[in-house]
Amino acid sequence: MHEYSIVASLIDRVQQEAAVHGGTRVHRLHVKIGELSGVELDLLKTAFETFRERTICDGAELAIDRVAASWACPSCKRPVLRGAILRCDTCGRPARMVEGDEIILERIEMEAPDV
Amino acid sequence: MCETCGCGDPEIVPIEVQERILSDNDAQADHNRSHFQGLGLLAINLMGSPGAGKTAVLEATAKEAGGRLKLGAVSGDLATERDADRLNASGIVSATITTGSACHLDARLVHRALHDFPVSDRDIFFIENVGNLVCPAIYDLGQAANVVTLSVTEGEDKPLKYPVMFQKADLVLLTKVDLLPHLDFDVAAVEDALARVMPGANLLKVSAKTGEGIDAWLQWLEERRPAPVEQATEGHVHHHHEHQHEHR
Ligand SMILES: Nc1nc2c(ncn2[C@@H]2O[C@H](COP(=O)(O)OP(=O)(O)OP(=O)(O)O)[C@@H](O)[C@H]2O)c(=O)[nH]1
Ligand SMILES: [Mg+2]
Ligand SMILES: [Zn+2]
Ligand SMILES: [Zn+2]
Ligand SMILES: [Zn+2]
Ligand SMILES: [Zn+2]
Repeated sequence: MHEYSIVASLIDRVQQEAAVHGGTRVHRLHVKIGELSGVELDLLKTAFETFRERTICDGAELAIDRVAASWACPSCKRPVLRGAILRCDTCGRPARMVEGDEIILERIEMEAPDV
Repeated sequence: MCETCGCGDPEIVPIEVQERILSDNDAQADHNRSHFQGLGLLAINLMGSPGAGKTAVLEATAKEAGGRLKLGAVSGDLATERDADRLNASGIVSATITTGSACHLDARLVHRALHDFPVSDRDIFFIENVGNLVCPAIYDLGQAANVVTLSVTEGEDKPLKYPVMFQKADLVLLTKVDLLPHLDFDVAAVEDALARVMPGANLLKVSAKTGEGIDAWLQWLEERRPAPVEQATEGHVHHHHEHQHEHR
């Protein structure tokens, strides 16, 4: 259940941003979560709903942008299909993840009268 | 514009961040990494299911190294000191990181452990993570390599079920291979599963019980040891970075 510690880091980070920008109330957070990030979306949502109370995120929405995993050859850039052996058909090099392991805070929508 | 409550309040502004949520942990891990590099120490994050044989592999490693290498270890444990006691008995200087309810180690816990741990004369420093095939993979600790133990009693499909852990592995140790004659475990099937989740899949078969494969594992470690660094002359570890306190 590392989703709880991820949410704790998330809310900390939002609080820092709010302090910098004079934010008073957060309406929505946009996060990007990769398929192979190891983060379960349901657990993340539950953890957020539990932890946001009495923080600057109280009542805020968590908008999750889910990213599918994709792999490609690092030299000839050919994609490696999902579920296939992670090696380039053409040159034999091990594939590299193109995207899919993100755990990113993209954007905060907040009331910030001073901005 | 605020869409959440429909108030149309013009004071709602979007603040672009575009940063990893665990950036604090990443920064702490980089800090740990600079300690390890400054000491010329090979740090290994050893992960795997509960009971996969992490501690047993380290005991066998100490036996095989036979005093040739100075080994150190910290073991993440929910409540007990059992693993550290076993490792100390095997000749690995060891301490416990008590995690309480946390199901993984993070970089801050490892850094705190370094304060009380005599790392400066060690050659290899093992971080035995909490037994868990999910969370530990998410937290960088500052290690040079991730090693995952998978025992032959766990089933060939584990890599496909826990791709995040195996994708992050630099090496997988297939443990308890002395039990293979008694099981239906298909080594080719686990190799195939691993090749679909781990780029450059690399599997070594070992038995802590018989010592099989431990020489190859030790060689893998030796190949990754950094070049020796000049020891600090002041009698304490030299810090290359901003830091308010000293480490042993
Ligand atoms: N037959 C056999 N049994 C083994 C081997 N390695 C470990 N075991 C057994 O597996 C059990 C668990 O081993 P540990 O080394 O404690 O496993 P661990 O991964 O450190 O466990 P946790 O730290 O509790 O997650 C013990 O009962 C060991 O005796 C092996 O190579 N062969
Ligand atoms: Mg153990
Ligand atoms: Zn290629
Ligand atoms: Zn430090
Ligand atoms: Zn965890
Ligand atoms: Zn410190």
